[in-house]
Amino acid sequence: MATVELTNVSKSYGNVEVLRDINLSLEKGEFVVFVGPSGCGKSTLLRMIAGLEDISGGELRIDGKPMNDVLPAQRGIAMVFQSYALYPHMTVFENMAFGLEQARLSKPEIEARVREASKMLQIEALLDRKPKQLSGGQRQRVAIGRAITRDPRVFLFDEPLSNLDAALRVDTRLEIAGLGERLPDTTMIYVTHDQVEAMTLADRIVVLNGGIVEQVGTPMELYEKPASQFVAGFIGSPRMNFLTGPPAKAHGAAVYGIRPEHIALSRESGDWTGRVVLTERLGSDTFVHVDVEAVGAVNVRIEGRSEIHGGDTVHLTPDPASVHLFDNRGRPLAG
Amino acid sequence: MSANPVKSRLSRNRTRSAWLFLLPMLVTLFVVAAWPLGRTVWFSFTDASLDMMSEARWVGIRNYLEYVDFGGGEGQYYGLLADARWWRSVWNTVLFAVVSVSFETVFGLIIALVLNQQFRGRGLVRAAVLIPWAIPTIVSARMWAWMLHDQFGIINDMLQGLGLIAEPIAWTASPDTAMIAVLIVDIWKTTPFMALLILAGLQMVPGDIYEAAKLDGIPAWRVFRKVTLPLIMPAVLVAVVFRALDALRVFDIVYVLTPNTDATRTMSVYARENLFDYDQFAYGSAASTLLFLIIALITITFIMATRMDLEGKRS
Ligand SMILES: Nc1ncnc2c1ncn2[C@@H]1O[C@H](COP(=O)(O)OP(=O)(O)OP(=O)(O)O)[C@@H](O)[C@H]1O
Ligand SMILES: [Mg+2]
Repeated sequence: MATVELTNVSKSYGNVEVLRDINLSLEKGEFVVFVGPSGCGKSTLLRMIAGLEDISGGELRIDGKPMNDVLPAQRGIAMVFQSYALYPHMTVFENMAFGLEQARLSKPEIEARVREASKMLQIEALLDRKPKQLSGGQRQRVAIGRAITRDPRVFLFDEPLSNLDAALRVDTRLEIAGLGERLPDTTMIYVTHDQVEAMTLADRIVVLNGGIVEQVGTPMELYEKPASQFVAGFIGSPRMNFLTGPPAKAHGAAVYGIRPEHIALSRESGDWTGRVVLTERLGSDTFVHVDVEAVGAVNVRIEGRSEIHGGDTVHLTPDPASVHLFDNRGRPLAG
Repeated sequence: MSANPVKSRLSRNRTRSAWLFLLPMLVTLFVVAAWPLGRTVWFSFTDASLDMMSEARWVGIRNYLEYVDFGGGEGQYYGLLADARWWRSVWNTVLFAVVSVSFETVFGLIIALVLNQQFRGRGLVRAAVLIPWAIPTIVSARMWAWMLHDQFGIINDMLQGLGLIAEPIAWTASPDTAMIAVLIVDIWKTTPFMALLILAGLQMVPGDIYEAAKLDGIPAWRVFRKVTLPLIMPAVLVAVVFRALDALRVFDIVYVLTPNTDATRTMSVYARENLFDYDQFAYGSAASTLLFLIIALITITFIMATRMDLEGKRS
């Protein structure tokens, strides 16, 4: 059964339409990630679901009930803000309890909920501290804990990891993934512009671009069958190579797409021949940037270390089964 | 170990340059504040008068309190501490300060809350609100003196037009209403200042916590009580102290609007009268000294009572 349903939802600020014709249906317990470049409207869509922004057109339903005109607090949602949005003058405990007191829960019930959430996030030792006595990662946990105590049907995250350093980001990402498993009945909507976060967390990904939904699908569907050149370029790291020269023409397409990991590199022979411009060594992988005559710049990914250096001549062979062809409007060509 | 002497030389250097930077201010403060204050205190223990200040002689606490024995068990206390007019002035001043600062705080808070909202023409309204504060006190006091005039004033005219009063009121002349008139003018003039200081505090409150409160379903009044007010309290308290310091030494409004009435004479007016009008320079100095002590006492008490964070340790 769908918990969150959006039908032809749109959003305008004055004359500027920032979201248009959004149709989505999110299953109960699903972990859905909205991903897209900066300014594409991810936050706006999330805030419309939360009730922090008015819905200009279309309909939002949660658990089958229309929600367009329902107050945020009555939607059964909880939200974790990018900036945490903790009350600075309240202790961690008070931060988590404030909304519950308003909901007229009994004291023991509030205690129990706060204890449970703080245990789940290992912040029990911090309950008496003020937000400014916490590290960024700890604040983020408190913000998540506050959301958990509300026992929401839908959990909303707006780029919760963007203020954390790289190592902490990975840890917290794993924790959020764990949270999704521990709350199997709660629908999670997670906004990010980081496709790695999207790929690792999501049951389904919604790719937004310029205010419209480009594609909805599982991470592997997006990776294997991108519905547009935009999605093909956005999902996957390093980026897919887009070639417009002879390889595209040979297939009757405007753009020929091939991912760096789907090209075989050899010193002896191959379909294309080129000169290595640059190599990037990550230890586990090596990215080789090759300038192929008449084809263009091609990025190749090789597993492990490699003895290839700038200036070497190499031969490349794309895997024909992994080629993506697009027309001049960025739509995929059948076949 | 070897890093220690280097570090301490560095911090010695820092301390020295800190003092160097402070020096001009300390000198200025001494010249314009400590020295005149010290002189005033000194004069209050002498018999100085305006035309013979250099020949002032030490007379002990006579200006403050002196028992004059008339003989036969008869006698009387003289001096500032035994002067009913002085105590009336103290009472007037404190009453004025408490009432005006209270009203200004409440009105200022309301105006600041409104100005903190997004609406069309907000910049214009913000500027307009400041006008009363920008007008020199003497000018606004004269302006109000005319508006409050018993025969030609517009206030009486409007109140009579509305049928609220039958006879014109001599606002500034009548002892019953003089204090009210002074309060009205001061509140009108100073509320914008209060509003601006509080607005600055309001703008420090991060906007996202209001969204968090929305999601928590907290009604507006409770958000104000539990979130906004605690967060702007430090700013409000600083504003109140500023205003209280100002109000406790109020002079110009009273002097222009209601000269020479017991109903509004404040400590500053009292001191000035004695210093310059009555040629009792030493006595006036004593009043000035007491005025300083009373203001210091009230301010320190307020700061301690509200446990105000003057050094910014908690923020
Ligand atoms: N209050 C507003 N008035 C006018 N335009 C707005 C307003 N808020 C957002 N927009 C516009 O809406 C678009 C979408 O904004 P939104 O914040 O949803 O982007 P986003 O996808 O979350 O981007 P980011 O990854 O940078 O957070 C942007 O082009 C932005 O300029
Ligand atoms: Mg955003």
